[in-house]
Amino acid sequence: MLASRVIPCLLLMDGGLYKTVKFRDPRYLGDPLNAVRLFNEKLADELVIFDISKNRHGRGPDFSLLGKLASESRMPLCYGGGISSLQDIERLVSLGIEKVSLSSVAISNPKIIEQAISVFGSQSIVVTIDVKRKGWLRTYEVSAANASVDTGLCPVDFASRLEQLGVGELIINNVDMDGLMAGYDFTLVRNIYEQANIPLAVVGGAGSLDDVSRLVDEFPFIGACAGSLFVYKGKHKAVLINYPSPEQKNLVLKVRAE
Amino acid sequence: MIGVLDYGLGNVSAFVNLYRRSGIPVQVITKPEQITKASKLILPGVGAFDTAMTRLNQSRLRDSLEKAVLVRKVPILAVCVGMQILSERSEEGVLEGLGWIEGSVAKLSSCDNPKAKYRIPHLGWNSIKIVRASPVFTELNSARFYFLHSYEFMARRSEDVLALTKYTTEFASVVRRSNILGVQFHPEKSHIHGVKLLENFWLEDF
Repeated sequence: MLASRVIPCLLLMDGGLYKTVKFRDPRYLGDPLNAVRLFNEKLADELVIFDISKNRHGRGPDFSLLGKLASESRMPLCYGGGISSLQDIERLVSLGIEKVSLSSVAISNPKIIEQAISVFGSQSIVVTIDVKRKGWLRTYEVSAANASVDTGLCPVDFASRLEQLGVGELIINNVDMDGLMAGYDFTLVRNIYEQANIPLAVVGGAGSLDDVSRLVDEFPFIGACAGSLFVYKGKHKAVLINYPSPEQKNLVLKVRAE
Repeated sequence: MIGVLDYGLGNVSAFVNLYRRSGIPVQVITKPEQITKASKLILPGVGAFDTAMTRLNQSRLRDSLEKAVLVRKVPILAVCVGMQILSERSEEGVLEGLGWIEGSVAKLSSCDNPKAKYRIPHLGWNSIKIVRASPVFTELNSARFYFLHSYEFMARRSEDVLALTKYTTEFASVVRRSNILGVQFHPEKSHIHGVKLLENFWLEDF
């Protein structure tokens, strides 16, 4: 039986590990390589890594760091950030990144998705959709470039277009909930989950393992990603890499003996 | 020495790191002449069927690889799309596979029950049901592995299937014909169970 996935989501900035709140105020946490080692030891299901560096000067992804992270990792990696070409994707796959996540480029140049899928297969191509509530009606809208650009796109329509293109997985990143640790936004998740037929992971809002438990309870086989939950401990948010033990995780996922 | 074939696809360095940590001699293979030095081989894979075949054919490794595997019977472990190219052909592409294990590759069937929401690709941690005992499964009776695929290996001979995994239907997650072993999951990304399987492959007398 396939299990739901519990996935730490790590943010990179200029080579360091950071955590944001609502995509702002990045706080330095430490060395990303060390974090990967710790999640190896804790037997994490998978890691999602986003690079949120602002001043790339057209450099694209930090291939040297990502190569180190990928060869250190004993769990699958999904990486997104600064990817603009097929060559970038090629290089990431050759470094051992199993899943490459496209975001802004998926909006500006959807052709690249089709090309990438024909070369690397659907299963390796992920799209992360950053979603923000907009206007006085607080409607959900896709935003781009680290939530700095509004696109006017409806997340549900966008998700269905991506599925038709053959994308292997969608990650729904809730900008408004990022770092708040107040629970996942079930309305947004439900809107996309019910309509999509491809694997889905969500991030933004998880504050406790109970939040994770409620999510996988309502949405079987979902990927429950969390940032703050797995890098902070306590109400003062002391930096501490953590992850449920296999026994705790079985409880969270309500895994029954087969 | 274990040789990990680098044909531009798949996580070569993850296998190398894993074997190094277990104290097992390992080398990356980029040239045909290096193949003769390896007592066992790993054929990694991430990507589409045709891409894997094209890369392998372009790598100039194929002739030496076929001599090693088919003539000298060097044990080989093929992973994910590496396993799929052991077959004769795939619905995913138009190129011919290696044809080392009779069978073809088909798209995973989607589920009849839409409410169950079994999605394709099959993505995440799943268990295997061993249907034919093998030393490669030592201490792995209730193991879980990481899967990431949209296609399945349909072996023509049932005796070539060592383990099944249940998703929309049961599919072959481990296949084997004499010295040729294929796994649909990623042992290099399956923590302790993956490490164990890779060690078992190294220790087994073929």
